[in-house]
Amino acid sequence: MAHDHAIEAIDLVKEFGETRAVDGVSFAVPPGSVLGLLGPNGAGKTTTVRMMTTLTRPTRGTARVAGHDVLDDPAAVRRSMGLTGQSATVDELLTGRENLWLIGSLYGLDRRTIDRVAGELLERFSLTEAANRVVKTYSGGMRRRLDLAVSLVATPPVLFLDEPTTGLDPRSRVELWDVLRDLVEDGTTLLLTTQYLEEADQLADDIVVIDRGTVIAQGTPLQLKDASGKAALVVTVSRPDDLAAAVERVRGAGLEAHVEEAARRITAPADGLSDVTRIAALFDGGGIEIDDLGLQRPSLDDVFLHLTGHRADDVALDPDSDPGSDPRQDPSRAEVRA
Amino acid sequence: MSHTTHGAIERPEIRHTSLWHQSVTIFRRNLIHIKRMPEMLLDVTIQPVMFVLLFAYVFGGAIAVSAPTGYREWLLGGIMGQTIAFASFVVAIGLTADIDKGIVDRFRSLPINPAAILVGRSMSSITHSFIGIIVMSLTGLVVGWRIRGSVLDALAAYGLLLLWGFAMVWVGILVGSAMRSVEAVNGVMFTTMFPLTFLSNAFAPPEAMGPVLRAIAEWNPISALVQAVRELWGNTGPAPADAHLPMQHPALFTVLWTVAITAVVAPLALKVFRNRTMQ
Repeated sequence: MAHDHAIEAIDLVKEFGETRAVDGVSFAVPPGSVLGLLGPNGAGKTTTVRMMTTLTRPTRGTARVAGHDVLDDPAAVRRSMGLTGQSATVDELLTGRENLWLIGSLYGLDRRTIDRVAGELLERFSLTEAANRVVKTYSGGMRRRLDLAVSLVATPPVLFLDEPTTGLDPRSRVELWDVLRDLVEDGTTLLLTTQYLEEADQLADDIVVIDRGTVIAQGTPLQLKDASGKAALVVTVSRPDDLAAAVERVRGAGLEAHVEEAARRITAPADGLSDVTRIAALFDGGGIEIDDLGLQRPSLDDVFLHLTGHRADDVALDPDSDPGSDPRQDPSRAEVRA
Repeated sequence: MSHTTHGAIERPEIRHTSLWHQSVTIFRRNLIHIKRMPEMLLDVTIQPVMFVLLFAYVFGGAIAVSAPTGYREWLLGGIMGQTIAFASFVVAIGLTADIDKGIVDRFRSLPINPAAILVGRSMSSITHSFIGIIVMSLTGLVVGWRIRGSVLDALAAYGLLLLWGFAMVWVGILVGSAMRSVEAVNGVMFTTMFPLTFLSNAFAPPEAMGPVLRAIAEWNPISALVQAVRELWGNTGPAPADAHLPMQHPALFTVLWTVAITAVVAPLALKVFRNRTMQ
């Protein structure tokens, strides 16, 4: 293959009249990885995806999908990718199976292949029982799954998902994440846009944050968190009586301790794991029992606040993110520009 | 990374397909819509049947026509003309709904000729309207309408209706691409198509109108179509000598009008469709 990247955005610009919706967006996605395109409503995420999927012509710049240029060879791009749009774009008056037949037939697959692929996809997305029901009767989660199944009829190596879980209940969202992880395991490259920081944190190998049409940061979730501020050392003591003594020890180690009495918790800005081992040693023996000691990295919420100056919650905020727990990240892959 | 397999999954072969194959696929999908929602056909079934009954039995007595075979027989050509003019309505509603729901985007993300979206939509809308023409013909036979010309002339009349339908498709694509919602399409089409079809010879003879109104009615493209099918079916004699030019050569003018409408509206419709969907 001439190009090493599965997806490449090259200085994409899109103007609608006077307004510039996308203003010079560039990034690259290695094959088999997941890129999360993160940003608030109106940041230019959907327009960027529309340019990369040949639905909208860029004002300037271009993009390559599976090595094909969206301007020079849009047909090859369309053969190499699947798109799941923002609203589930399945046909409500058709059954699940008919939806798959429709798209399969438009791809030019022969009837036997369509039957086989449709059967497999319906099975894989737990839609076999509902296969012959009109989509109008489907739940939101079922529609999303069918939408995704339809995008996979031709098993494209690259898949674009524009806010795939918006409007889903938490359970359906987690189910969809599992499906997406399976796809990645099979070698599919994913680009997903999301407003949910937790979603990007859960799925993405790399994250590109855009705001007002420009890339304001990119890197792995871990790198973004590191860049947005220091990690914090958190010590929780077992007995409230020990709190004062514990604070003294932490301060004695040269750290700035912040105390939350009700939670029996001491928080201190830390540089990294070396601080954790240093503090752990202080509590080793010495009569103060501790419940917990660890390093807490900033959440993507903090990252977003740090980068944009506003919280993501004027959009949609997921409070229960579990920062820094994803072992799949490879910090060497992308540079942090923030 | 290979193009035929990745991971454990076998990639099916994407074959190049013709515009015809793609259009027929979308046409079949649109027909399933009609099958699932037969009430979509109300506009070409119950509604024109009501018009036939209303005009034949309620207003008909008050409308004098010169045709020797009487008003009911004369009326049928008018109703058919109105029904096929509304093909534009049918196209616009279907297209706007597909754009609005993101179906058009989904199609455009596939390796197909985007024209298939419009061709498939046109095929199903013409079918839709022609179901109406068949229902009207049967209703006509019940209320006393008869084809009195030759078989060839009769078929020519149906051919003109079909031709007219194709010109209306472009109007439908234009309106459907320009409007943002099905409600907006309804609003625009009701307020334009109803007066347009009534300001013609469809329901009342223009001879009885004032001179200005008569000129408008007789130059109304729909009037040429209606006059042509009436003559071909033997439901009326030739237009009076003082009628305007299109009434003297209705079949010729029907063809001219359809060519003119297509020539003006088609490029505009394609441009608006492209602008709308390329956003």
